[in-house]
Amino acid sequence: MPKSASASVSRKIGRLHPLPVRIMHWINAIAIFIMIGSGWKIYNDDIIFSFLRFPDSIVIGKWAQYGLQWHFFGMWIFVVNGLAYLCYGIATGRFRRKLFPISVREVFVTIGEALRFRLRHDDLTHYNAVQKVLYLGVMAVGILIVVSGLALWKPVQFSELANLFGSFQSIRLVHFFCMSAIVVFIVVHVTLALLVPQSLLAMLTGGPAVGDETAGLSIAPNTETMR
Amino acid sequence: MATRTRTPSIFRPRQPIDQGVLTENRKLVDDINRRGLLRGAVSLGALTMLTGCDVSEIGSVQKALRAVSAWNDGVQETIFRRNHLAPTFSPSKVAKPPRFNAYYPIEDVKPVDGATWTLELAGRIEDKRSWTAQRLYDLPEEEIIIRHVCVEGWDYIGQWSGPNLSDFLRRIGADLTAKYVYFVCADDYTESIDMPTALHPQTILATKYAGQIIGDPFGYPLRLRTATKLGYKNAKWIKAIEVTNEFRETYWSERGFNWYAGI
Repeated sequence: MPKSASASVSRKIGRLHPLPVRIMHWINAIAIFIMIGSGWKIYNDDIIFSFLRFPDSIVIGKWAQYGLQWHFFGMWIFVVNGLAYLCYGIATGRFRRKLFPISVREVFVTIGEALRFRLRHDDLTHYNAVQKVLYLGVMAVGILIVVSGLALWKPVQFSELANLFGSFQSIRLVHFFCMSAIVVFIVVHVTLALLVPQSLLAMLTGGPAVGDETAGLSIAPNTETMR
Repeated sequence: MATRTRTPSIFRPRQPIDQGVLTENRKLVDDINRRGLLRGAVSLGALTMLTGCDVSEIGSVQKALRAVSAWNDGVQETIFRRNHLAPTFSPSKVAKPPRFNAYYPIEDVKPVDGATWTLELAGRIEDKRSWTAQRLYDLPEEEIIIRHVCVEGWDYIGQWSGPNLSDFLRRIGADLTAKYVYFVCADDYTESIDMPTALHPQTILATKYAGQIIGDPFGYPLRLRTATKLGYKNAKWIKAIEVTNEFRETYWSERGFNWYAGI
């Protein structure tokens, strides 16, 4: 596929996942691992649902203080890396190109195809409508989990923010449900990445070469849409 | 090709295995091997988790985590708003009795004898005479109805009253430019707060809860109550106050909890 694109000299050739995206993706994976594991430890100290206590074998930190230390260390990685990712995605136009436009009709068509196991994924460079919705959705949840985390951490210093959530326990609940949504996303995301191994590989090696209009910043003056 | 003599085992095939099958299915075999490798990696990860060994305890890791915690102290000091008031609540929201918290269960509380109890003063303070409970009760009182937030995640609304700490520090001629106010408690608990927090309008030396003298489990006769810190910073059964520039680890910070613990 990329032969024709690479034939054109005027186009800067990039990868499906440019290096910064790959680095930020894996830093984020580590940060999320730390935040969820230590968050479960913190949750266990004062459970919200009587039926839910996370087994000690899957939490990070043997003691409460270790869980807290990891959480308030991991938050910096998650927030700084996440902000860098959002800035990169917006500044380079990557989000606009890869995640928009989203057609509601296409969402339903894709869900239908997925349910009948007819989903095509031979072209990694193009996200289907469900992928677009999920990626945008998990980014929104990522922002909400940081905002609710900030309100939990500083309900007095940022009382204006905390008040938007209602009571202190409702902030905890929002923070918890955001975590749950991210866990569900990870399960789906990892399952699909393992079912389509070339997508996992692409996040390591960069994936197929693509014209610069789908990879990074448009620098070449005469670039136009490829298809 | 020399084949071994057949044993009578019923599990052994009668005919030698056709090695061609292996070559034919090479791709499948390799695929299965790869999956095995993946499985192996996953179980290795699970094993490290199940052995109960906690990386947080490794010296260098714990040192790094505590360094981040100290950095977080600085961040919290920076974002602290000196005159920003914590939300207050109506008396109808007050939990009675308050929720107990200490480093031991409520049955182990050793009540302080208020008749013989005195508050000792030390450090950068001009008037270091000790205080009896009665003299403290005679001071002007302030009441705050604020949220208690525990590091564990629970919270409740409490109604506290007693002398304002900032007023008290001025009254005893404390050096308000000093960095820390340090508390020593009857149960050997120690706690310290930064001066800006000590001077915050919603930081009081509480002697009463919901209009009544504080009960034994909750810090009788004197405890700290500040609206801008987590629960454990609010020292109970205070027996000495020291104003100092020297940073000392406290009961929980020594054990790895965040020292600043602002909310």
